[in-house]
Amino acid sequence: MTDQQQVDLRKDEVEAGTTTGLASPSVDVTNERQNSLWSDAWGELKRNPLFWIGAVFGLLFLLMAIVPQLFARGADPRACSLSNSNQKPSAEHWFGFDQQGCDYLANVVYGARNSLIIGLLAVAVVLVLGVVVGAVSGFYGGWVDSLLSRLTDIFYAIPFILGAIVVLRSGILGRGVVAVAIALAAFGWMTAMRLVRSQVIAVKSSDYVAAARAMGASNGRILLRHILPNAVAPVLVYTTITIGVLIAAEATLTFLGVGLQRPAISWGLQIENGQSLLRTAPHLVLFPSIVLTVTVMAFVMMGDALRDALDPRQRA
Amino acid sequence: MTNLDLSKPTSDAAPAGTPLLDVDDLRVEFRTRTGTVHAVNGVSYSLAAGETLAILGESGSGKSVSAQAIMGILETPPAVISGGGIWFEGRNVLEMSAEDQRKVRGPGISMIFQDALSSLNPVYSVGFQIGEMFRAHRGMSRKEARKRAVELMDRVRIPAAARRVDDYPHQFSGGMRQRVMIAMAIALDPRILIADEPTTALDVTVQAQVMDLLKDLQRETGMGLILITHDLGVVNEVADNVAVMYAGEIVERGTVDDVFTRPAHPYTEGLMGSVPQVEAKGGRLQPIAGQPPNLARIPSGCPFHPRCARRRLGAEAAPGRECSTDVPPLRLVVPGREAACHYSEEVLGVRAP
Amino acid sequence: MGRYIARRLLLTIPVLIGASFLIFALVYALPGDPIRALGGDRPLAPAVVAELRDEFNLDDPLPVQYVKYLGDLVQGDFGTDFRGREVIDTIEQRLPVTIRLTIVAIAIETVIGIIAGLLAGIRRNGFLDNLVLVSSTIVVAIPILVLAFVAQYVLGVKAGWFPIAGITEGWYSYLLPGLVLASGSLAYVARLTRTSVAENLRADYVRTARAKGLPNRTVITRHTLRNSLIPVVTFIGADIGTLMGGAIVTETVFNLPGIGRAVFDSVQAQEGAVVVGIVTLMVFFFIFFNLVVDVLYAVLDPRIRYD
Repeated sequence: MTDQQQVDLRKDEVEAGTTTGLASPSVDVTNERQNSLWSDAWGELKRNPLFWIGAVFGLLFLLMAIVPQLFARGADPRACSLSNSNQKPSAEHWFGFDQQGCDYLANVVYGARNSLIIGLLAVAVVLVLGVVVGAVSGFYGGWVDSLLSRLTDIFYAIPFILGAIVVLRSGILGRGVVAVAIALAAFGWMTAMRLVRSQVIAVKSSDYVAAARAMGASNGRILLRHILPNAVAPVLVYTTITIGVLIAAEATLTFLGVGLQRPAISWGLQIENGQSLLRTAPHLVLFPSIVLTVTVMAFVMMGDALRDALDPRQRA
Repeated sequence: MTNLDLSKPTSDAAPAGTPLLDVDDLRVEFRTRTGTVHAVNGVSYSLAAGETLAILGESGSGKSVSAQAIMGILETPPAVISGGGIWFEGRNVLEMSAEDQRKVRGPGISMIFQDALSSLNPVYSVGFQIGEMFRAHRGMSRKEARKRAVELMDRVRIPAAARRVDDYPHQFSGGMRQRVMIAMAIALDPRILIADEPTTALDVTVQAQVMDLLKDLQRETGMGLILITHDLGVVNEVADNVAVMYAGEIVERGTVDDVFTRPAHPYTEGLMGSVPQVEAKGGRLQPIAGQPPNLARIPSGCPFHPRCARRRLGAEAAPGRECSTDVPPLRLVVPGREAACHYSEEVLGVRAP
Repeated sequence: MGRYIARRLLLTIPVLIGASFLIFALVYALPGDPIRALGGDRPLAPAVVAELRDEFNLDDPLPVQYVKYLGDLVQGDFGTDFRGREVIDTIEQRLPVTIRLTIVAIAIETVIGIIAGLLAGIRRNGFLDNLVLVSSTIVVAIPILVLAFVAQYVLGVKAGWFPIAGITEGWYSYLLPGLVLASGSLAYVARLTRTSVAENLRADYVRTARAKGLPNRTVITRHTLRNSLIPVVTFIGADIGTLMGGAIVTETVFNLPGIGRAVFDSVQAQEGAVVVGIVTLMVFFFIFFNLVVDVLYAVLDPRIRYD
């Protein structure tokens, strides 16, 4: 690698918030010795309380999204009575009632599903776009790399939320769950691309890839067997954190009025509705905010713990 | 040796005959989560003005750690100096205030390192880094310090010093970078220069030039030179005396000529057998069997015994000299030669006293 | 160096054009007829509609529309909105608010982030280090939307220390929104500085600096911090561009009339010219500050002096 390349890679990693990987471009994770990277990482992870806190909340969120009935204490989010409007939390109704007099706990709990679907769907699209474009760009280099990198720069230069707002308002995709996920992914895949590209370039210039090439391995084989497995660690860290970021972004878009719409149940909608009642009924903003924050935090914590476990430099 | 500190004068002016540096029973440990690593275990030596002492040993033998302890640049924690004393011109460095210790570094004792590229700060010009010595210790202005840096670069024979003074470390070749390090280290005419593997990272031809430079500088200034290395050739060429370290201890000490021609410790003997000799062309090289010891779990008795070809265990051993249980002290074997082996006389081929 | 900058500058042109075209295409693909919407309930005369369509080049194919727009833009003409107001006037009026907000945010993340990161990095595993680690994890994880409300409610409504919304109290009104806007970057700067300082403290050249007998303060500031700040400064530099384009939520919650708020309102009102103009401006800032960072990198790290 040239110095300039190294600086670029370093910068990409800094922007991606992860420093994993580049530390050891000379070590191949596909060989025996490096399989211990993952078992070492797991050993490290097991001892990290951050990881367990994140995992527990992450699991709780997952359950809430799949079987919300378990958490709603028997209330139906759509069975409302205006006579209960804005009631404060009580022993009977832990989160109180919203403006329409719906049980707020049930509403907040049922909001998890849309967050999860959008988070997972968007991150899947981000990964596919990021890995494919990044791998092709880094592996082939030359004009392919220049072209794809400029394309990435174009998307990168447009503010993330703003890009998604414009896409959603243009109405090309509609306003449903899938539309929100795609709009987020369309302006959120660039970091994954740069991360994969960095890794591919770093690994490509390593000795063991030169060795594989010398033994006559084909491009496709080198890419699949040697280069991509090395990019897994940083991408995994990035993915975990990004699910949280995307969930927060969905809430933001919905809050701004361009994401999900009624009658969908969403934390963003709840915060938006509660906003005007902040002085009189702060619980309407408070509860969805707390649950949203804890969910995002769960993914960020798991991602952080993963990074610490996977970064060889942290393990001196 | 325990009453040494009473016999040492505390004034700055050391009386004639007092060595420049006296290291006495130095012990350094690294306390980590996984256990205590005993890096230096009772090392003693002294250095006179103009003397070149080579400290020879494998990596992990404690040679660099002891040097860093003398410089006061060990990272504490995890390192702990758990015992002993270091007397520089009669003053115990370990009892000095941090500020006094700092004032010794540079004008008193100075050090150069193995990897000059990583040891020089990449973001400052070499002139600036050399000049820092004058600014920090002599309070010179930046401009004046730069002028002195050019002179020093000339002195260590860097071509076109005046032109290159504002260049950055990465713009120099390996040999030239090491010269920059040397220029920095000798800037304040130190009494002692510690060179930690100064030529290991260099090409063979450049190695010789750098060693020649060090020898010339020593002749000019009369400084004491501690040469830390695992390179027997370098030791043979430039050192007066040699101390061989193993597992954080000195296992043999004497003049280079003596030790190299007739080792008194099986480890030294092994070292000599593992390098090619011009005279013994065609013969087989004999590597020392086994691995260097884990400093967290140093073998009982003589730390070298698991690898020793001459070890005597159980009934074979003389009373009180069982290699796996009895620790051999560093003792005078023949005049001018100390070794830490129960059977040094046998190694040397002389009759036991 | 000059050639390097020139080359980078050339590379940014396709990015700037590409990004503005992307937004242009998305905006003018908006469904519904903006001219008809303008008329509201009262239908406009066909002649008027035709005139307006002609004025805004709405009958040309998209690429032609864009080229015409670009031609005007190059001459400093951002066009007018459907009400005939110059877009450049809107920008001139709104931009200072966003710039002030960004200045406050960058100042906060730089000063607090670097100091906290430095102290944490020097004493790793100390109290402050753990505090920085835990608080940065939490702050990074709180969505800016939530943080904005919490700050507004706790520090504005309950404690009454800060104005809740608007810019009536001068620079002071920007403090709370600035803190909210900076929070994520602040946590990241603190972490980056901490990691960088801790890493550099173990560097060989820091050992050399100690061996030279330099005073501890010089070792830390000159030989540790200076090197550690290279990635931090570049991050902060690039963050200026990011924050200027990322203030939509903050400006909305705190009701600050900046360009983020303006572009959002314009999207809602389908004011294509305003959206495209402001987004192009944001993209320009983003690219500009990234270019500054590239140059800065070369200035800070002599190993990367480009030739």
